[in-house]
Parts: sequence; structure tokens; C-alpha cells
Amino acid sequence: MTLDAKIPAGPLENKWDKHRFELKLENPSNRRKFSIIVVGTGLAGSSASATLAELGYNVKTFCLQDSPRRAHSIAAQGGINAAKNYQNDGDSIWRLFYDTIKGGDFRSREANVYRLAQISNHIIDQCVAQGVPFARDYGGLLTNRSFGGAQVSRTFYSRGQTGQQLLLGAYRALSRQVASGQVSLYPRRDILDIVVIDGKARGVIARNLITGNIETHVAHAVVLATGGYANVFFLSTNAMASNVSAIFRAYRKGAFFANPCFTQIHPTCIPVHGTYQSKLTLMSESLRNDGRVWVPKRPGDKRSPDQIPESERDYFLEKKYPSFGNLVPRDVASRNVKDQCDQGKGVGETGLAVYLDFADAIKREGKESISQKYGNLFQMYEKITAQNPYETPMMIYPAVHYTMGGLWVDYNLMTTIPGLFAIGEANFSDHGANRLGASALMQGLADGYFIISNSIGGYLAGTRLNDVAVDHPDFRSAAQRSLERIQRLLSIKGKRTADAFHKELGLILWEYCGMSRNDAGLTKAKELVHSLKEEFWNNVIVPGINEEFNQSLEKAGRVADFFEFSELMLSDTLARKESCGCHFNEAHQTEDNEALRDDENFCHVAAWEFNGVDQEPIFHKEPLSYENVVLTRRSYK
Amino acid sequence: MTKAINLRLKIWRQKASDAKGAFETYDARDISVDMSFLEMLDVVNERLTLDGREPIAFDHDCREGICGTCGSVVNGRPHGHITATTLCQLHMRHFKDGQTIVIEPWRSKAFPVIRDLVVDRSPLDKIIQAGGYISVTTGGAQEANTIPIPTEQNKMAMDAATCIGCGACVAACPNSSAMLFIGASVSHLALLPQGKPEAARRVLSMVQKMDELGFGNCSNETECEAECPKEISITNIARLNREFIKAGFFSTEE
Repeated sequence: MTLDAKIPAGPLENKWDKHRFELKLENPSNRRKFSIIVVGTGLAGSSASATLAELGYNVKTFCLQDSPRRAHSIAAQGGINAAKNYQNDGDSIWRLFYDTIKGGDFRSREANVYRLAQISNHIIDQCVAQGVPFARDYGGLLTNRSFGGAQVSRTFYSRGQTGQQLLLGAYRALSRQVASGQVSLYPRRDILDIVVIDGKARGVIARNLITGNIETHVAHAVVLATGGYANVFFLSTNAMASNVSAIFRAYRKGAFFANPCFTQIHPTCIPVHGTYQSKLTLMSESLRNDGRVWVPKRPGDKRSPDQIPESERDYFLEKKYPSFGNLVPRDVASRNVKDQCDQGKGVGETGLAVYLDFADAIKREGKESISQKYGNLFQMYEKITAQNPYETPMMIYPAVHYTMGGLWVDYNLMTTIPGLFAIGEANFSDHGANRLGASALMQGLADGYFIISNSIGGYLAGTRLNDVAVDHPDFRSAAQRSLERIQRLLSIKGKRTADAFHKELGLILWEYCGMSRNDAGLTKAKELVHSLKEEFWNNVIVPGINEEFNQSLEKAGRVADFFEFSELMLSDTLARKESCGCHFNEAHQTEDNEALRDDENFCHVAAWEFNGVDQEPIFHKEPLSYENVVLTRRSYK
Repeated sequence: MTKAINLRLKIWRQKASDAKGAFETYDARDISVDMSFLEMLDVVNERLTLDGREPIAFDHDCREGICGTCGSVVNGRPHGHITATTLCQLHMRHFKDGQTIVIEPWRSKAFPVIRDLVVDRSPLDKIIQAGGYISVTTGGAQEANTIPIPTEQNKMAMDAATCIGCGACVAACPNSSAMLFIGASVSHLALLPQGKPEAARRVLSMVQKMDELGFGNCSNETECEAECPKEISITNIARLNREFIKAGFFSTEE
């Protein structure tokens, strides 16, 4: 099978316009004859559901939380990028495009990223019209902050709660469509399988998390907006229930999985403090605008930070990267933090932390100004650590945060299964090997509000679809298989909880597939994961029954999928014998320990096809061609 | 070394909506004071599961205090006794060794128990669906900087918009009123120029829906404000009342 990304011909600036013109249209009175399933209600899922419903499609929207407003987009803190150039500081669509391509270390598609930059400005307009209270200056106009990987100020924000405000905007738009009857809402549902009939996605199998009922839902197209797979590491900044199951089930049904080795490790998180810990908390990257990162110059220096004089502090990011300083991209910052800690210069009880210091900023601007910008983040930090960051520097350490990999999609955001679309973090498309800060919100909303609404119409208008009902044998057999898997999990009655297995899996991946990777470690990790998976299926204990509200069962199903998925992730990591962005293979580095790309052999998307359980997946390559930018070694010095 | 404490927990157990519930007592041993309240429950659940007993069902997701999923009444206080804190951000350092902690679900006629500490808060979604939005169709928005919004007004709108929809206000209110929740939504949108055209219809429709769904009325007990983890001010209820009266007297909305 050849991978066709369906990128329109012509100049970069005109591709999206031309493509929208060429896509077949479904006329308004016909749209109501189609139903579309959207799974997930984060920024991508909520905005897609609302927009598709506005166009007249019948939308069925699923989420696993009790309300669509809870999706983890809500926790995004820092902001959303757009090329408005309100600051007159030299920004443009082209610069946002270039920064994003470069930030991704030249492993994303030009056409997709350019479209993203073009749409970015419409997103801000849309959100303001919905009542999103973005930060404003005294004249009442919108204001911006800077973010990593950019030298312009283009990030729009609502205090440290931008994700919350954008998600609630999309949730309101969704609620309006629920009220109009155009969206049917199915909260507290897990998606157990994707149903493919005659080669096309035609529905899903869902479990009602309250009753345990296995439900079948038919549609003309299915959109997965289920987020990323960072929780495969157990400890991450994702919400507890975030999982890979829906996209992994799609992979098992024939959708290719692209670049699963690209996982973003965010530099500024609250350090790990105990084995009971259930998740990690991000401190927004925006803090690096004003916070200075440092460690003591002398390894093993255990003095408290106020006892260490200026001359004995190492501001290692400012020193090594004078032009970007503390605002280098996330992958670069994380690796340097790890490096300092590996040299024994880490601080805090565990030695796995560095300081993020606001003393200079408070001296310069005053406590009031700093509190206006970051008040809620400082408060959150103090709640968790019982330390006051206005008085003593924060301690931070990198943590798994976001996944650039995801289901392979073409320019229409359609996977290799016709009629199955993936949007937001669930797809792989726009961030290459490293996502820049404030770009996730931009991509989720671009996909949901502006892209899928066009491309799904083109699919439905140009495809013959037979009538399918829920009693179709493929639906019945898929439901049966899902139920059998649940019964199998319940019947093992072993001696370790799913949580315990998940923790151990996470530790293996963090150790061997985290910030720094090598072939020997990855090979070892594959063996460890495989034998742990075997043990899971023989020794997990899942209390209760299917026909009840059973959180242990939900968790066990997700962990089972994480096991299979992590094997795929390790295969991809091993196959990419270069370093790029977040993927740092120790065998491929420059003299000063920066990632060393191999554009000759690895300037491609790795798309993996399922080939049976316990079989190596089949590799497919989508070469990346750059017609508008020159591939350079990323330098933030 | 971090300190560890031992606790006695009295937790509401209820198999399903239609089942009868009761308190059960558990010992939580060796709880690190750096744990969050929910991590403490994780530890208890791990133990219960390995002992062949049913773990305690509780809702939670982001564990960063922003998604609004978690929440239980802890020693009589929604989200516990520390102000401006969700249950997931309540840390065990605020409890004493040997203390007894009573944990129960939100109690409100409008929020039936699903299991143990998990309740059905979908009525809050239904209130938003009744009008808690601005009717703007994707693609129809004007340039974002066309309408300046004075910072003070924008700040007040943002203060109201920080509501996480957890339902603690309803659980705290002796009347199970959702007025703070609605007040936050109505204020946020009514304060912004973009929300003004629909302000009258919005407030009438949301209040009517609240009555329909079995929430009680506000009698100025101010418990909601005291327990709100996001410190939403009851001035939002005053604004809601003003908007309601304005809509009733001066608009043509029914």
C-alpha cells in the first residue's frame, strides 16, 4: 500500500483555498441524512461536534467523563498561538509556519503546518466571539505573551487557564447544538472498538460506564478526538483517564499509526516525590518568560537556594543558548535539565530537580505584576509543595506531557480507513518531532472548527455508502468480542492490580524510552514489556462485574491496550536511527550533545500497520519533501 | 524524610442509585503527608482490591484542580476544610495523625448517587444547554480586536468564567440551589459585549431550567461562596438577580 497524503498541488499559500474549492460539497438539505460519530470532547472533539452540527449533520458525541466540559484540554495553561502580529514585532503566517516546522525539527508536513498557521487567526476571532475572556491591555485590546521556540510575542492567553477558557467556549458551542437536537450526547462511555464494514468506518462499540451495557452505534463517518497516549508512561501530566484505547483499537482495525516514538517531555513540571504518586503536574511554560532556570555550579551542593551566592549559580540555559535563553523549545530545555541532574547538580530531596527562580522578575516588575500573570500557577505550586514561589525558587523537573505521534492522517485528516478521521492530539500531523508551546490548542481548534467540517463533507459527498443497521453481523461480532475481552479480564482473578502493572510498565518506558534512548536499552525494554504483559494477562485482579459502575474494569481495559501499544512504540523508537526533536538516540548526537538528524535516511513519517498480536508491525514510509523551507540544524544559540 | 500518619475513614458506600447506602469504616495506615487526598484513596483502594473487597468509587480526572470532576463532602465540607481547594489538591498535611475523616457524596435531590461517592451532575450540563452560550456559528466571527473590552469588565468576566462546574456550591447550599453556578455563567457572558444581545433570553431560560431540574432557591446563606474551590463571588448571584429582573421587566422575552 502506498501512502498518499493527498496534498494539493500549487503554491503553499493557495493549497487550502484550492483544496476547499475542489472538495465535493454536500448540499444543506442532504446533510441531515448523514450521521457522524465524534469520540472525545476536548478542544478538537467539542469544536468538531459543534461545527458539524451547525452544518446540519446529525452528530453523536461520546466522552468518558461525566460531562464534555471535563476533557483534559481544560488543563492547558499557557496559551494559544496565532499570527495576528498585534505586537507589530515581525510576526506573520509565514513566520508561525516556519517556527512550527523548525520547532518540530523538520519532521512534519509543510502543507499541513502552513494551513494551521493560516487558520490560527480565525481561531482567535471565533473564540472572542464566543466570549472567551482573553487577557487585554488597558485600552481593552488583546495582549500577548512569549513562548518557547519563538522570538515574537504571539501567544493569546487567559491568565494560566487558557485551555479551560477555550474548552468552555467549545463546550458552550456544543451545548447550543445539544439544545437544538443536532447533537446527541453520550457521556460516561468508553469506546471499545471501531466497526469497519466494506472497508469503511461505520460505527463504534461503546461501554456505558454506569450500567456496563455494550452499545452499538452506527454512523456514516467516525471522528476520533481522543487525545494522546502519554499515560502509557503511567506518570504524566495527562488526566487519569486519558488513554490510547480508541486510537489503538482503530490501529488494530487497519488504521496506520504514525511516529509513536515522538513523545514530548515537558521541562517545567513539579518533581516526583513518592511511589504513591498518581500523576505529575505541569507548571506552564509561560513561566520561563520571567523565571530563570539554574542549578548550583558545584555538584552535590546541598545548601538552600538563598545560601548560594549569584557567582556560584549556573544559569545553564542562558549560558548555552544566549539568543533564546530560558525560552528554548521544550525538548532542548528538558534534555539540558536532565543533563545537569546527571552531573549531580540537581537540587531538592531527590536531586532530580532544578530551580526556576522569579526573584529577578519580582524585583524588576513587582510582586503584583508577577501575580497577575502567574497567580494561579504560583498558588497551585504552593498547594502541592507547601513552598511559596514568591519567596523561594520553584523546583521543576521534566515530565511526559504530550504526544506528537498518533494515527496517520492525510491532508483531509482521514486515516487509512476510509471514513475514519483523527483530529487534535489523536493524529500525528502538525508537530513533527517536537511541539512548540501554545500550539496544541491551536491545532485542536483548527482541526475541529475549520478543517474537519470541510473535509468530511468532501468524503461524504464523494463516497457511496450502503445502509447499515446495528444488527449487521459485523456490529454483533465486534460487540461480542469486546464483551469476551471484558469477561477474560474479570476471570483472571490474580494477585496484582491493573494500577500496579501500569506503574511498572511506566517505569520501564521512562527508563528506556524517555528523554534519552539507546538501542540496547530499547531492546531490553521490549523484552521486559513483553513478559510483563504476559504476567498481566495471568495475574491481574479486577474486582466486580461488568454490569455495574466498575472503575477497576475501565482501568484494566486501558492498561491492556497500553501494553500492546508500548510494544509498537518501542519498535518505532528502535527503527528511527537518528535523533530529532524529542527523540534523542544517544548514538546520534553532535559534539555538544544536541540532536543529530539524518535527513538522508529518516526525513519521513514512519507509519505502522498492525500485523497481528505479538507480530512486528509492518513499516510504511511517507517521505517528507520540503519545497519552501531549507532543512537546517536547529540552533537556538 | 516525609512524615506519615494513620487515619480512620468513614466512607459512604452505595452499590447503585437504587440501592441503600451506609457508612463503612476503614483504616488508612502509613499515609504520607505529601499525598493528595485522592492519592490517599488510591492507597486504600489498592489494599481493598488485594483483600478481595470492592474498592471505593470516586470521580476524578485531571488531579490539577481544573476539570471539576472530583469532589466529596469531607467532614461536612465540600472538597474539605481548606478554602479555595478542590479535593484533588487537598493534601494530607492538613490532617492529623489518628484523625477520623467522614467522606460522603454531594447530597442534593438534583444529583442522584451513581455509586459510593460518584453522583450524576448532568443537570449542570442541562442548565448550560438552556442558554449558557453565545450563539455564534463557526466562521461568522469578526476580527478579534474590533470591540475593545475595558480591563476591569474583562477581569470580572474572567473571574466568573473560572467556574469549574464541580457542583460544590449545590452540595454546600441548604436548599441545593445552583444559583452560584448559574450566576457565574450569566455574569461572565452578560459582562462581555458579545454576550449582551442574548442576555435576557439566557437568564430567563437558565433560571427556568434550574427550577425544572429540582434545584432549590437561593436564601442568601452564602455557603456556596465559602466552599467554592475557585472562589466565585456571590456578587455574581446579585448580578444574576439584576439580569433576571431586567429581563423580566424590560425585555420582550417570555
